[in-house]
Amino acid sequence: MSVQTPSSPASNAGQPLAFVSAQALRERMHEAVNDTHLRQSFRGAMDFLMAKRAVQFPDPEELDSLRVLSEHIRQYSLSKLPDLLEQLETSLVRNGVQVHWAETPDEANAIMLEIARRHAAKLIVKGKSMVSEEIEFNHAMEAAGIGALESDMGEYIVQLAGEKPSHIIMPAIHQTKQQIAKLFAEHIPGVEYTDNVDALIQIGRRVLREKFEEADIGLSGVNFAVAETGTLCLVENEGNGRMCTTVPKVHIAITGIEKVVEKLEHVAPLFSILTRSATGQAVSTYFNMITGPRRSTDQDGPEEVHLVLLDNGRSQAYADEQLRKTLQCIRCGACMNHCPVYTRIGGHAYGTTYPGPIGKIISPHMMGLEQTHLLPTASSLCGACGEVCPVKIPIPELLIRLRGEAQSAPRADPAMVGQGAAYDPKISLLWKMWAGLYSRPSTYRAFSWLATRFRALTPARQRGWTAARTPLKPAPRRLRDMLKDRT
Amino acid sequence: MSARDKILGRLRAHMPAEAMMPPVLEAHYAPRARGESKAERLRRFRTGIEGFQAQVHLTTEDDWPTLLSALCAQKQVHTLMFGGLTPAGRRLMTTRFETTVLRSWEGQVETLKADLFHRVDAALTHARGAIAETGSLILWSSPEEPRTLSLVPPLHFVLLDAATIHPTFFDALRYENWAAGLPTNALLVSGPSKTADIQQTLAYGAHGPKELIVLVINAEGEAS
Repeated sequence: MSVQTPSSPASNAGQPLAFVSAQALRERMHEAVNDTHLRQSFRGAMDFLMAKRAVQFPDPEELDSLRVLSEHIRQYSLSKLPDLLEQLETSLVRNGVQVHWAETPDEANAIMLEIARRHAAKLIVKGKSMVSEEIEFNHAMEAAGIGALESDMGEYIVQLAGEKPSHIIMPAIHQTKQQIAKLFAEHIPGVEYTDNVDALIQIGRRVLREKFEEADIGLSGVNFAVAETGTLCLVENEGNGRMCTTVPKVHIAITGIEKVVEKLEHVAPLFSILTRSATGQAVSTYFNMITGPRRSTDQDGPEEVHLVLLDNGRSQAYADEQLRKTLQCIRCGACMNHCPVYTRIGGHAYGTTYPGPIGKIISPHMMGLEQTHLLPTASSLCGACGEVCPVKIPIPELLIRLRGEAQSAPRADPAMVGQGAAYDPKISLLWKMWAGLYSRPSTYRAFSWLATRFRALTPARQRGWTAARTPLKPAPRRLRDMLKDRT
Repeated sequence: MSARDKILGRLRAHMPAEAMMPPVLEAHYAPRARGESKAERLRRFRTGIEGFQAQVHLTTEDDWPTLLSALCAQKQVHTLMFGGLTPAGRRLMTTRFETTVLRSWEGQVETLKADLFHRVDAALTHARGAIAETGSLILWSSPEEPRTLSLVPPLHFVLLDAATIHPTFFDALRYENWAAGLPTNALLVSGPSKTADIQQTLAYGAHGPKELIVLVINAEGEAS
């Protein structure tokens, strides 16, 4: 199965959008790199987002202080994660929220399907939730005959097109307004073609307001879950998140187990650095803090609130001190905005729910290294992602670690599922010999002497290297010999 | 074993033996405290929220109902909904509106939902406070002013007392000790709803209010 390319929208609408294999990564990257429209869309959007972020951090000293604090809050929270999850559960239950735990996407979907069936739900309206993408929620509901409608404008567009988001913050970033105009005219009854952005947004508003009014269940993600108060925090600009969590009778929130913080005040710096890093906004239009369902004195709000806590490989990352840093992520997307690879290939080429640098380090835990071992290699290790990360995740170090996990010989007690998936004894031996030659002066001297003398024997075809480059060949003379000649 | 026990068991097996030292938030916020005047805080709040396309009017405790009435006439608001049991609501009951029908929120949302979505043009709620740093209003839901009131009608008026503006979000929730008792829904609102999901082009009026108008009282010393 190949990933849907943005130039052919809607061709698999209604079809299962199961995760695509990362094995074909190289092929998809090649296609993406040769798609000039796609290249222009992403280049323009990433330049825009990088410039907007830079404006939000005029004072490097303030940025540094806020990053250190944000990193500390996330690491502190993770250091007590199981305690905080139990505290969160206790607080939520006290507030009247029903808490569910799921180890796998299937379990999470089954839990939510059961809730939907209990309420005889026909329509679920959705606020933006990457975890719901991760578990293929829409597909699971549709298979059970329940409508699941995206209401974030970008997600709505992507759903109409039968695609998946190409960016975790701006899902429809790969679509031009002309493509969206065509999509609306084709799919929404009574709508004529217009590529006026205001008009398009008003069409979306009109269609989706009807759905907010009639939906049985609202689904949302969670940006931060506060253990001490049992509060679910949501960051958004459009107001659809508020609609989904306020208007329908039932609100289901779903989140990964890593999103919990201990104290309410911990969300203040994280919220600030999140919006500034993500879209270069000083603040989002709405910051929505939900503490329970409709109380006896309240006049509105959902009668039931559920929280689904999903593991899906996160506890595997947690088990290793270095890999645990992956879970510090607050999903701002700054790493993709600044990634030279993401900018050139776009979000779909990765073939995973989370694209870009964060996708490369989190997907292997969710999907196993068999499917994802090529992802960490899709990087120049330039370090931009680690430099802009608001919680200082050492993404380049983690990419190197994951390459090592994939390439090393299978071990008895591996740190992750699929360890050794890319192990090749021949290549491994070659690198061991290389390391042996280069780590001792005597062997290195002998090797370089031989290499310069027998340079004519260098093979012309050198695997991937020569696919787009001239062959590597030793120089006619060694540096040490040339230095000796200097007087 | 349940999924809960299995997940917690896996995490517990690898939890660090010693938790880290808790973060000290003052270390970041205290050196950046501004010690600014009330007028300066209001100015920063105003610059911030106007940058997000909200309108701000400085008025007084005595005059705001008349200003609201004039703004409703100017915006051709046919129906304005508000919480009738709040002090502001009681003031409105005695104010003359020329062209606008005043309607206080009565009963549970189920009986009002269709009207809220289709017939109410504007709503008034009060703000618990505001944040100077980002130009944000703080709204807490209450039985008198339910959540949908500030969400569904296309035009949202907010009454803000200038004395309740905090320098930062951190100051607001720390010094008012929010953690001791939160409402069902606490909100920060910074402008009318918006989106840039189509080609990064900013468009206002996505799913929430299309317009946000802030009436600031207690703003003495600040020119209008």
